[in-house]
Amino acid sequence: MTRAQKIEEKFFKMLMLIATTFILAVLALIIYSIFEKGLRSISWEMLTQVPHGGYYYGKGGGILNAILGSLTLAFGATALAFVIGLPVALYLNVFLIRHKKVIDVIRFLLDLVWGIPSIVYGAFGFSLMIFFGLQTSLLAGILTVTLFILPIMIRSMDEILRTVPIGLQEAAYSLGSNKSEIAFKIFTRQSVSGIITAVLLSFGRAIGDAAAVLFTAGYTDHLPNGLMEPVATLPLSIFFQLSSPVPEVQNRAYASALVLTLIILIVSLFSRGIGKRYHKTKINF
Amino acid sequence: MEDTTKIKISNLNVYAGKTRILRDINIEIPKNKITVILGPSGCGKTTLLKCLNRLTDLYPELKVSGKIIIDDHNVLEAREDIYKLRQQMGLLSQRPYPLPMTIYNNISYALKLRGIKNRREIHKLVMHYLQQANLWDEIRTRLREPASRLSIGQQQRLCLARGLAVNPEIILADEPTSALDPISSQVIEESFLKLKNDYTIVLVTHVLRQAKRIADNVVFMYMGDVVEQGSVSEVFENPKMEKTKLYLGGTFN
Amino acid sequence: MYVFNREQRHVINYTWMIISLLVVAFLPFLLFLGLYLKSILLLQGNSLYDLIFSKVWRPSAGKFGFYPFIVGSVWVTLVAMLITAPVCLLTAIYVTQYTRKFVLRIMHPAIDILAGIPSVVYGLWGILVIVPFISRHLGPWLGIPTMGYSILAASFVLSIMIIPFVLNILIEVFRAIPMELKEATLSLGATEWQTIKHVLLKKALPGIIAAFGFGLARAFGETMAVLMVVGNVVRLPHSVFDPGYTLPALIANNYGEMLSIPKYDSALMFAALLLLAVSLFFNLVMHFFIVRYNKY
Repeated sequence: MTRAQKIEEKFFKMLMLIATTFILAVLALIIYSIFEKGLRSISWEMLTQVPHGGYYYGKGGGILNAILGSLTLAFGATALAFVIGLPVALYLNVFLIRHKKVIDVIRFLLDLVWGIPSIVYGAFGFSLMIFFGLQTSLLAGILTVTLFILPIMIRSMDEILRTVPIGLQEAAYSLGSNKSEIAFKIFTRQSVSGIITAVLLSFGRAIGDAAAVLFTAGYTDHLPNGLMEPVATLPLSIFFQLSSPVPEVQNRAYASALVLTLIILIVSLFSRGIGKRYHKTKINF
Repeated sequence: MEDTTKIKISNLNVYAGKTRILRDINIEIPKNKITVILGPSGCGKTTLLKCLNRLTDLYPELKVSGKIIIDDHNVLEAREDIYKLRQQMGLLSQRPYPLPMTIYNNISYALKLRGIKNRREIHKLVMHYLQQANLWDEIRTRLREPASRLSIGQQQRLCLARGLAVNPEIILADEPTSALDPISSQVIEESFLKLKNDYTIVLVTHVLRQAKRIADNVVFMYMGDVVEQGSVSEVFENPKMEKTKLYLGGTFN
Repeated sequence: MYVFNREQRHVINYTWMIISLLVVAFLPFLLFLGLYLKSILLLQGNSLYDLIFSKVWRPSAGKFGFYPFIVGSVWVTLVAMLITAPVCLLTAIYVTQYTRKFVLRIMHPAIDILAGIPSVVYGLWGILVIVPFISRHLGPWLGIPTMGYSILAASFVLSIMIIPFVLNILIEVFRAIPMELKEATLSLGATEWQTIKHVLLKKALPGIIAAFGFGLARAFGETMAVLMVVGNVVRLPHSVFDPGYTLPALIANNYGEMLSIPKYDSALMFAALLLLAVSLFFNLVMHFFIVRYNKY
């Protein structure tokens, strides 16, 4: 190796090290700033009360409306997306297994839909709302977010179901199972851990997204009460508190961001843990 | 025997974590002969081959100890000149891996790494090596096409030509015909028989008949051990060890 | 309670599967159609060319020129990619070629967390850290007066947001290259870096381009984080230190009053339609690009 080559390799290795460190450092910095700012202003009152009158000008209260609203909305959307998504993923991998071309087209469509920005879903949801004469409401929010997380849900499940060995399917057929039994009993059981991971991933997306709910879920200072009522969400709550001119309210935005980040970190930790735990029941070939 | 030893392996041990992949390997590989390393799959043949040109460096989990002496130098101790060292050996792997370039550049890239810069000389040598690998006549008009458009058999011969282009003294071949059709396999085998006049060839295979056809020397390995080694006639006609007899008789594979 | 027998259960399951599949398969078309129908009102009064290239944005006067927003979006996206692309490429090479496996084991959760952090939190971090840094340090240091809320701030925040997305694809791309190709190149006497530069990068090129393309599409549609730091000024930016406005930010900022000005709702839906078209276009192109080059 010549001297020039050595220097070149050293140089690029150094750049790579810098790039990698940069990513990890930025992540650390983000987590640090959210925690540092958030922990300073978080309080029991914030987590357990709804905003009182004048909350956005520094009066008392909390963000319980947004915490519960976000959880309700995300649960609703995830459940709905699961009910629609699982059958689609199963259909692809059990019924269409012999039609490679059709599967490819559907996977391609799903990937396309996955790439669509959430604000587009928001706008679409809004135009649907107008069309059906609906008001901003929990229901409209759930429906919009469902559309938004549906491709994520289906494709992640699909990736898992793809790995179910064909031998297992054949064995089940030879025992006299029909296709939908194979789909809903054998495939789901074999892929439990992957399916849970997919669900949790979708839940994380659903709770963190603001653009899709901005138009459709509305905002309220009350706790969620009913599908047809508007509902508050954490991302929007952060956004509104941050727009306040009062520094104290801005600080509460940091605390709310901490809450949201924590929820998402917990969900993500959970999905890693569960992924490992259910691995045991899986048949390995 | 009047042949001189080209590679001398002594007390070679390879561990992957706590599992021992190779156990106290002692082999002498004669110059300008075809030495076939024979054995069922998973016996450590490929790892042995990778030790010879230090591709084991790519796998930090492998711990290699012992000595591999080639021309008075211990390969395993080489530090700075490892790139020169690898150029002493041409590698032919199980499946062909042409570089993502044109057919021509697959060879010329190897030449450039050797330090040859003169265009005309490169041109001459590309032709020379393609001829040596029995490929020139088939592809002389397609030199600027991507190498991936060749058939698998042609690709493997291209890889052979590329291996020769580093001007090695040794050719390492790891089951080079296992992915090929019978005709391509035959062409490769014939090339080897021609090439052994100029090169020392180490061929790993689990195909008994191939070993019989082209080997001068045979090393029989099983589960990380060298069970028996010697000339073809010794090992095939007069095996001393029970395991060798069983293997040759086709009891296990 | 009536219990379905096996046959009936099969029929129910099957029907449900088909209905769900239809919903999903028609979703992209539905989205397009829905937004298009809402945009018709605007498209009737103005030519597509005028809408895209006119610089005048005065909704109350019925003037809808999207040019400043399109330019803003393009600037923000491209500058973000300028940061993301080299960082991700270098990191992907580093963790797949140079380091031991445990580094990848650290990177994977790090990527997951970065991907999981919500857009709003990124925006908040931008306001907290990046905007002040630009207005107090970077701007004065370069002698450029700036508010901090700028194209640059948005690009930087955005670049961090798409890093996990692009990096994930790139790591997969490099891991998909067979080890034997690396071995073959090394056995010719190439150094590690020569192997990467001459062979692996070439082999990975279609995948790299696709990763950047997908990243670009994703960055173009990002809303909240950008909205929070880009400044939201309807004006053509002259440098990255100027504030700007992007298409998604336009939609998100003005939904409140969109029903109070004539054609305004139609204009915002048209902006969404543009975003949808850009997203579909990029993803389509990249998809066919991959399909084409995977065959070799």
